[in-house]
Amino acid sequence: METPLTEHIKENRPPLRLSDYEKVGGYRGMHKALKEMAPADIISLIKSSNLMGRGGAGFPTGLKWSLVPKDVPGGSLKYLIANADEMEPGTFKDRYLLEGNPHQLISGMIIAAYAIQARKAYIFIRWAYKKAEIIIRNAISEAYEAGYLGNNILGTGYNLDLYVHSSAGRYICGEETALINSLEGKRGLPRAKPPFPATSGLFGQPTVVNNVETLCWIPHIVENGAEWFTKLSITGEGGTKIYGVSGRVNKPGLWELPVGTTLREIIEKHAGGMKDGYRLKGVIPGGASTDFLTEAHMDTRMDFASVRTAGSRLGTGTMIILDDKTCPVAFIHNMIKFFALESCGWCTPCREGLPWVQKILESFEEGTAKTEDIGILEFQTQYMGPGNTFCAHAPGAMEPLQSGLKYFCDDFLKHIEEKHCPWRRL
Amino acid sequence: MIKIQIDGTFYEVKGDRNLLETCLALGFDIPYFCNHPSLGSVGACRLCAVKKFADADDKKGRVVMSCMEAVTEGMRISVNDPAVKTFRAAVIEGLMTNHPHDCPICDEGGECHLQDMTVMTGHNYRKFVFKKRTYNNQNLGPFVQHEMNRCIQCYRCVRFYRDYAGGKDLNVFGSANHVYFGRHKDGILESEFSGNLVEVCPTGVFTDKPLKKHYARKWDMTNAPSVCMHCGLGCNIIVSERYGSVRRVMSRYNGSVNGYFICDRGRFGYEFINNPDRIKKIQFRPSKNNNLQEAREVSETGLSEIFKSGKVVGIGSPRASLESNFALSALVGKNNFFHGISGKEQKLIQKAVSILESGIAHSPSLKEIEKCDAVLILGEDVTNTAPMMALSLRQASRNKTLGIAAKLGIPKWNDNAVREMDQDTKSPFFIASSFSTKLDELADEIYNAAPGDIARFGYSIASAINSGAPVLIHPDEKLQNRVRKIADALSAAENPLIVTCITSGNEDILNASANIAIALSTAGKKPSIAIAFPECNSVGLSMLDGGSLDEAADTISKNGADTLIILENDLYGRLSLKNADSIFEKCRQIIVLDHLMNETAKRADILLPASTFADSVGTIVNNEGRAQRFYNVIQVAEPVKESWRWISDMVKISEKNNDYTWDKFDNVVASLVSSYPVFSGIKEKMVSADFRFFNEKIARQNKRFSGRTAMNANISVSEPKPPQDNDSPLNFSMEGYKGDPPSSLIPYYWSPGWNSSQSMTKYMDEPEGHLKEGGDPGIIIFSNKNKSSVDYFKNFPDPFKAKPGELLIVPVYMIFGSEELSSKGETIAERISEPFILFNEKEITKLQLIENEKSKFIINQVVITAIVKHDNKIPDGVAGLSVLTAGMQYTDLPDLGKVLST
Repeated sequence: METPLTEHIKENRPPLRLSDYEKVGGYRGMHKALKEMAPADIISLIKSSNLMGRGGAGFPTGLKWSLVPKDVPGGSLKYLIANADEMEPGTFKDRYLLEGNPHQLISGMIIAAYAIQARKAYIFIRWAYKKAEIIIRNAISEAYEAGYLGNNILGTGYNLDLYVHSSAGRYICGEETALINSLEGKRGLPRAKPPFPATSGLFGQPTVVNNVETLCWIPHIVENGAEWFTKLSITGEGGTKIYGVSGRVNKPGLWELPVGTTLREIIEKHAGGMKDGYRLKGVIPGGASTDFLTEAHMDTRMDFASVRTAGSRLGTGTMIILDDKTCPVAFIHNMIKFFALESCGWCTPCREGLPWVQKILESFEEGTAKTEDIGILEFQTQYMGPGNTFCAHAPGAMEPLQSGLKYFCDDFLKHIEEKHCPWRRL
Repeated sequence: MIKIQIDGTFYEVKGDRNLLETCLALGFDIPYFCNHPSLGSVGACRLCAVKKFADADDKKGRVVMSCMEAVTEGMRISVNDPAVKTFRAAVIEGLMTNHPHDCPICDEGGECHLQDMTVMTGHNYRKFVFKKRTYNNQNLGPFVQHEMNRCIQCYRCVRFYRDYAGGKDLNVFGSANHVYFGRHKDGILESEFSGNLVEVCPTGVFTDKPLKKHYARKWDMTNAPSVCMHCGLGCNIIVSERYGSVRRVMSRYNGSVNGYFICDRGRFGYEFINNPDRIKKIQFRPSKNNNLQEAREVSETGLSEIFKSGKVVGIGSPRASLESNFALSALVGKNNFFHGISGKEQKLIQKAVSILESGIAHSPSLKEIEKCDAVLILGEDVTNTAPMMALSLRQASRNKTLGIAAKLGIPKWNDNAVREMDQDTKSPFFIASSFSTKLDELADEIYNAAPGDIARFGYSIASAINSGAPVLIHPDEKLQNRVRKIADALSAAENPLIVTCITSGNEDILNASANIAIALSTAGKKPSIAIAFPECNSVGLSMLDGGSLDEAADTISKNGADTLIILENDLYGRLSLKNADSIFEKCRQIIVLDHLMNETAKRADILLPASTFADSVGTIVNNEGRAQRFYNVIQVAEPVKESWRWISDMVKISEKNNDYTWDKFDNVVASLVSSYPVFSGIKEKMVSADFRFFNEKIARQNKRFSGRTAMNANISVSEPKPPQDNDSPLNFSMEGYKGDPPSSLIPYYWSPGWNSSQSMTKYMDEPEGHLKEGGDPGIIIFSNKNKSSVDYFKNFPDPFKAKPGELLIVPVYMIFGSEELSSKGETIAERISEPFILFNEKEITKLQLIENEKSKFIINQVVITAIVKHDNKIPDGVAGLSVLTAGMQYTDLPDLGKVLST
């Protein structure tokens, strides 16, 4: 089984330096792209590979690139941004890639920037990823020294500068337009779309924002071709994916597996199954802002389409397990508290709705909830649904709640009947 | 036109505004908060949700925010779909989880957009059972009261204050559901437009602080349409009264003038009307040997003698109405009527008016200024002399950006998208000034120089635009390059605008501006010239025959005068002490008509209480040449009378000319028009007092006016008869026409379900459009003569050269303090600075002055004490002296002066 993204990452060992990485094939894709390919060819290659954004939304990367205007009037700047603001609860795959193999990301960014003809690129990194930031900064210096960044890269006449920006630490800044505002030094508020960043992004210029894992794929696809990429997966979506599991399993962690690996295989084989005495009650498949899956969904193939069919989203592919010894209401309450705190405060449903939901869930925990509160919660999940809010933050927050109400309604009711949390000893 | 379908019915619409505003224009009641026609939309509040269907077969549709939707051909939407109605009610329910239950004690109550929207969505039953969020409030200065707990986070305040008006000191802090709108710490809001927050805020976070001191509910106030008296722009206002005092001023929409907004001087300047120093009685001065003091009343025989035999001289005023000025001129005769402004100012104003009338340039409305695509300001600090023009210029500076956005398919209303798309581009914007101004931040080029050099700069721009213009080339190559850059930008623009000045007291600048306009016209452009005239009726007064104050002084000193009648004018604010005194010394009898005690009024032998704009009807002409009518809101209380009525009484006494006795306002207008046909539009197109709308007068009071029978019950329980108003088609009661009145007669804004000033939209053909029922109020008086009659001005002033020990002192006008009447209100008074004088830092050192300390200066024999401050944009040898109507002796600026050595 091929693991292109992680094969050169060894735990308990510093990441490969540029020269060592080149010895094992690093930057070959970059050489090929810049020397042998026209920007348009790279975009069509990525399009044909059907690479879908690994940040969680699954938007086709090639299509995103192709929306960037070819000729900007007045020859103004275009930008590429790597979204390394990984703040999705339960998600740590980008950290693994950043800390484990920074040159893979940098070479991917050089190709991506070349493909859209960006002259400036940024890595917008989560403030808490201090170690990753140091590693990335060192790697960037190496890349400048090697002539892979700066002016006239590989003698092609192409110039690219790459900057690292350590974020101030807001979940919403992982949303690409809030990220752009934040990078500009403004409040981290999402922007209205349209216009999309491809036409009006950073400083109003055409901009592409890609997730770290997405960008890490680019050199491999350039080097090995679209067909190779497609064949890596079990289902048709192509590639491998870094899947992760946290919760009461025997071996929590992350693994690079072919796209389409079943939920069962990930949990039972790779994560070693549930710990003794714990039963799986539910799974949040891709970070906190996705719907619960249950035991009934264990044979779901973990790709974008199949998980959607199962009623959830693949998201970041890093799942959190709810076990039978954990109160599902408390589990959801914990996530809602996070989302309420991380609301940017721009639109009404999110700003006012999430704290209300949070307070109701708290009242469940305290045993003061009433039956009609279930109705209020159900209404709030629709009220904060997609399209009703300015961005996807509140709809995402509602996903675990709406599916929780569906799958664990009895548990909610028990809180009301017993006037306390059944999981908590009196 | 575009065809759209709303709830099954087809409509034809223009499609240039967002879906929300399109629906509002069609009469649909879609609730909203964050959208504002002048600020655009940002999709924050989520209240204006409608259902949008993909096509004719789509049954499900999807929820969209109508403020963020462009209107497209064949669009099919539903406003009344149950799903969106439920959603809209839920948005209100969400906002109400934190909004306090303080409507009964909230100043906004009864005219609160949040109340209206809450009722409109139908939300009533509260399900939220938890504690509400609370905030600390800030002291934001004397104008605006802050009560953050009421905030519904629509972001309108910061979008108006920062994005639209260029303010810096109000912002949004925090995130999630503890977003805070305020300053970084307590302090006075710095923007000249802060008062608009009161109307922009949909609820009671920002309320009118002076109103709080004498509060009355909207429905308990009597209102009248009026025009602002505090600068030359003539912004439209609504004045509200209760118990005989003015309680507040709000903006009155005029799509061609001020739009939705007014400046703080206009909003809070009214308090002089309530000043305890108001002249409310006839006063006689026990002096000289006149036979009037004994009678203690206007002695008919005494005055009659004077008017029959003696020489009577009249001095008018640029802050009095056309009608009052005309009445005085009719009484004393054209040869004895003087304008009440200095000869220099009169010459500048007449020159300015002749330029605007000549047709070499268009005289733009404020709305037209917003559409100009290149701006050159010569010598004027509009932020302080005509603040709303500065607001329009700010919008003009965005036109290039809007053009780029339009090319990318981003409509103007998509406000954040436009501002993010293009963050650096500004329309060509150039400023030449003697000191730094607030608009400097918009400028591509700033040229700081003495007034004469600004004129030279202007002449050189004209000659760079068109070689036919008298040639002036600067030897300094760098400077000449800037001249060329400006000339090129103006030439390349579709609608170039030159903002020129009277206040800097330099005629050459006017001439140079005219040369630029002629050069642009010759090059086939259609330039505009905008001028901030010093006072509210400077333009109207200039169109009446009459000499200047200097000429009045000459006449009086040569021939003497038996009686001098001074109309609403303080000569001590316009003449040096010596010259003013000389006028008074040579007259036997001085009659002064005015509102407030001042130096001139103090010297009156007979002081007659004249009504203000709030208790009289009158017409004034603004900078654009637009004649506008203000109406009385207070019932004039005897013995206070309109100046023209006092003068009519004098005409009667004089038995001179019965054509000039008037018992009704309309009769004065008729006399005015027959003497001055230029004003014929005032009679023909403005409504007379006899005007009835559907056989009814227009009610000044809201339908819900309460307490008419109780208001004076402590005095008498019987209901007084409503006073008759023979001067206007408005009623001092709530009886009258119930619908939307003609545009010039809107006394207050109200529409069923819309109690706040947001109901303005209901009076327009479309949001930010023009008023229905008569269009935007006002009649343009300027006639455009043949442009070929104007030749280039040729006489360049010499370059300014600083002489050792001598300073050129230029006037620095202040929004608060430089205008006479507003300065006499207690709230504005809090914002008036002490006299100050500006130098560049080098100069301060050279002159051995100490910054922030008082020093003495002598200017034309007048000693001025002022605090020394620095402004490094002031050229060497030049100083900028604050112009304050109180606390400083008048001195004519610019003038030479020097430091008074101690």
